[in-house]
Amino acid sequence: MADVTAALIARDLGKTFGGGRTLLGRRKPSVSAVRGVTFSVAPGETLGIVGESGCGKSTLARMLVGLLPPTVGTIEIEGRDLSDYTGHPAAVGRLVQYVFQDPISSLNPRKSIRQILEAPLIHLLGMEPAGRKARIAELLDAVHLRHEFLDRYPHELSGGQAQRIGIARALAAAPRILILDEPVSALDVSVQAQVLNLLADLRRAYDLTYLFISHDLAVVEAVSDRIAVFYFGRIVEMGPAEEVFGVPRHPYTKLLEWSTPAIRRPRRRTAPENCTDHESAKFSGEAAAAELPDPLCPPPGCAFAARCARAEDDCRAVMPTVTLLPSNHEVACHHPLD
Amino acid sequence: MLLAVLGVALLAPALPLAHPDLTSPADRLKPPFSDGAILGTDHLGRDLLSRLVWGTRLSLAVGVTAALLAAIVGSAIGIVAGYLGGRADHLMMRGVDMLMAFPYILLALAIVAVLGPGLLNALYAVAVVNIPFFARNIRGATVAIAHREFVDAARLTGMSGLRIIGSEILPNVMPVIVIAMSTTVGWMILETAGLSFLGLGSQPPQADLGSMLGEGRKLLITAPHASVVPGVMIFVIVMSVNLLGDGVRDALDPRLRSGALSRPAAATRVERTDTPEMKPTGALLEVEGLRTEFQVGPRVYRAAGGVSFEVAAGECLGIIGESGSGKSVTALSLLGLVASPPGVITAGAVRLNGRDTLSMTGEQLRRVRGGQAACIFQDPLATLHPLHTVGDQMVEAIRAHRPTPRREAREHAVSLLRKVRIPNPAACARSFPHELSGGMRQRVGIALALVNDPDLIVADEPTTALDVTVQAQVLALLDELRRERGLALVFITHDFGVVAQLCDRVAVMYAGRIVETGATQEVLARPRHPYTRRLIACVPEPGRGRRTLDAIPGLPPSLDALPDGCAFAPRCDRAQAACRGGEIALRRDGAHSVRCLFPEGAAT
Repeated sequence: MADVTAALIARDLGKTFGGGRTLLGRRKPSVSAVRGVTFSVAPGETLGIVGESGCGKSTLARMLVGLLPPTVGTIEIEGRDLSDYTGHPAAVGRLVQYVFQDPISSLNPRKSIRQILEAPLIHLLGMEPAGRKARIAELLDAVHLRHEFLDRYPHELSGGQAQRIGIARALAAAPRILILDEPVSALDVSVQAQVLNLLADLRRAYDLTYLFISHDLAVVEAVSDRIAVFYFGRIVEMGPAEEVFGVPRHPYTKLLEWSTPAIRRPRRRTAPENCTDHESAKFSGEAAAAELPDPLCPPPGCAFAARCARAEDDCRAVMPTVTLLPSNHEVACHHPLD
Repeated sequence: MLLAVLGVALLAPALPLAHPDLTSPADRLKPPFSDGAILGTDHLGRDLLSRLVWGTRLSLAVGVTAALLAAIVGSAIGIVAGYLGGRADHLMMRGVDMLMAFPYILLALAIVAVLGPGLLNALYAVAVVNIPFFARNIRGATVAIAHREFVDAARLTGMSGLRIIGSEILPNVMPVIVIAMSTTVGWMILETAGLSFLGLGSQPPQADLGSMLGEGRKLLITAPHASVVPGVMIFVIVMSVNLLGDGVRDALDPRLRSGALSRPAAATRVERTDTPEMKPTGALLEVEGLRTEFQVGPRVYRAAGGVSFEVAAGECLGIIGESGSGKSVTALSLLGLVASPPGVITAGAVRLNGRDTLSMTGEQLRRVRGGQAACIFQDPLATLHPLHTVGDQMVEAIRAHRPTPRREAREHAVSLLRKVRIPNPAACARSFPHELSGGMRQRVGIALALVNDPDLIVADEPTTALDVTVQAQVLALLDELRRERGLALVFITHDFGVVAQLCDRVAVMYAGRIVETGATQEVLARPRHPYTRRLIACVPEPGRGRRTLDAIPGLPPSLDALPDGCAFAPRCDRAQAACRGGEIALRRDGAHSVRCLFPEGAAT
């Protein structure tokens, strides 16, 4: 884990919202959005992060770019601790940038595209007007947009075009790492494919490292080298993409994979094949009751136990630790699938 | 009117008027229309017209200055509090609340009492009294904006907090500030006049409208004109300023401009130019040549341009398309649920059990909706009433169609909630929509659609807002229900995977028309229309690993400027000259129909 060459390292990262005490000394409720998250991303690699709403993946992303301070744990970017940069937001901005989920709302409606793209060049790089002009032209070419877009306003763009501007803005200061927070989930499929291909081209052209966050398993699989599966603020499984989805070891990954609708697959009304009849009933019916645990009083054991067909008593009592399997595949489960 | 008043006030020094403070005891209390003084004179023989013009000038100046002062200070407090949030916000807003707790005039009187009477002090008092109004308004607007993603984006581009406030937030709250100001100027003029009337504002001999009124009041019986003239002026100014303020608000508020606050009609407007004669096919739902347009100003958006399909009893038809393809509009048109204005159904027929829903009266349509045919929408939180419990809403839906005793209806509701596999249905019936999770709410939505045992359910992207594991459960439930009850289902979605799991037949829409329809497996395995083939190729499939996707270049055409011929031709790699002109029919080949001159698999 501790290789110095990693582009991005998170160690035991955690974020708790709320907490503290009221004026009368009463404890306020607190919610842990992210707990004990540890991973590293090699330069030029794409780490896919997949999880359902409320699993803490966006909180993680916001911590990695410095929009939220972590409650515990450290973040290292290219060998330097992110907390070393406190008071120098511009230095972080030159290393890591962020692409937002909603392309339209991430652009200020009152600014022209040119003003939007100029902002990072002025504030992060301190560029002169002549240099800015050349750089903006370069950026628009990189995201395949015509130069006439510069004088338009965000509401005049389609979702796909706005997301290209969002990507161009993130690339403006030539960062080394891009955090992509659901960059295509607001887009139509045909446009989604265009943007995914563009991201792949840019990664090769600029030698970028990606952290790609999505709820869509198929999208993550199409772009990632390695994949981390999040559930209730923790990584439950992480490993090479083909392993995680090919031979999932955590029951939650299996459930995710099984739930994802696919075109080239006959209708399925039964649960994953390695389940007994009783288990399949749990997947399709009775387990419907079980949803995410209450974040205000998290269970002591595995958060997935209530939905899991394989859960036993130890799952409900003890939090499973991360087990390292061959080929760098990690799983946090007491009874992993074979 | 306001312009005239403003003009006169501004031009006061240039007008040929007597000096407003020039006394002439000989000409005391001359009535209006007397020589040398059109509006008469006051108790010191001063020319009322001249005093009125100068007084108006002063009152307006004080009112506007006070409004500006209050707007600047109040907005600054509001923006800073809204942007910083947390403790700073708390402290500032509690301070503002304390100011607000005092009655207006009392607070102003207290301030003037401390500072001493005088016009300038009255101005300060009025401004201070109005700061809370601005601070609260602007804080609300700022909070809404400070959580938008572009503010985070600005932070990541290295902008300082002050710069973000100035260049990102201020331009976006400016309309709110302007609206607040234009609606308060009149009120401030009135307040200043009030203070002057009490003798706390302008001091003699200086004239403003309030002090003129105060002086005239003592002579109300003997010389009514001395108080009526400034009174009318105050009335005119305040009324016109307020009307102007309303006008400014109407012009600036985007919600009012887009007509979002205007109430749509209970059913979509139908203005059919031709109603096709239909041969009865025996299907439960027959749609023929349905055309729905949105008429916005001079533009006409053809959202559904001649859509035809049928659904047999117990069958599930998937309608798939990207945003703007007209799939939702088509579905909503079936029961006249498209908002009018701006939606209009201009052609076609929709027959449910042989009866045309488009020619039904409002009452007939209401019986069909939620009776024979029910709807499920994407966001159940938006369709459930937030202030009634789930159970009450279901009981109401049952009783709206069948007179049932309350208790019986309640039991029926609970049994339906059990049917859609809600754990502890009785407790669920007692809860409010916001207390349920997204998946549970959608189950309630389905239960609500089932209350009157419909023959047809129209589901508009019912699982799009749900997580995949929950989506799988809801799809399994829908599938089971329709098999068990022989329900026909029209399922609108953008997701081919969902269609593959659930639907018997699928219709692919592009730019307002069906371009291909057939049995689901057949269409997905052997798409004939180039759009269908390429759209399927765009979708990342699980289990296929990392790869480049075959994206479709370009964008769908704008619905107010559709090209001639095939709408997909500009993006199609098989397009030829013939594709770009003339009407292309949906050609049937067995159960599989395709709207293409050069379909896939045929010799080109």
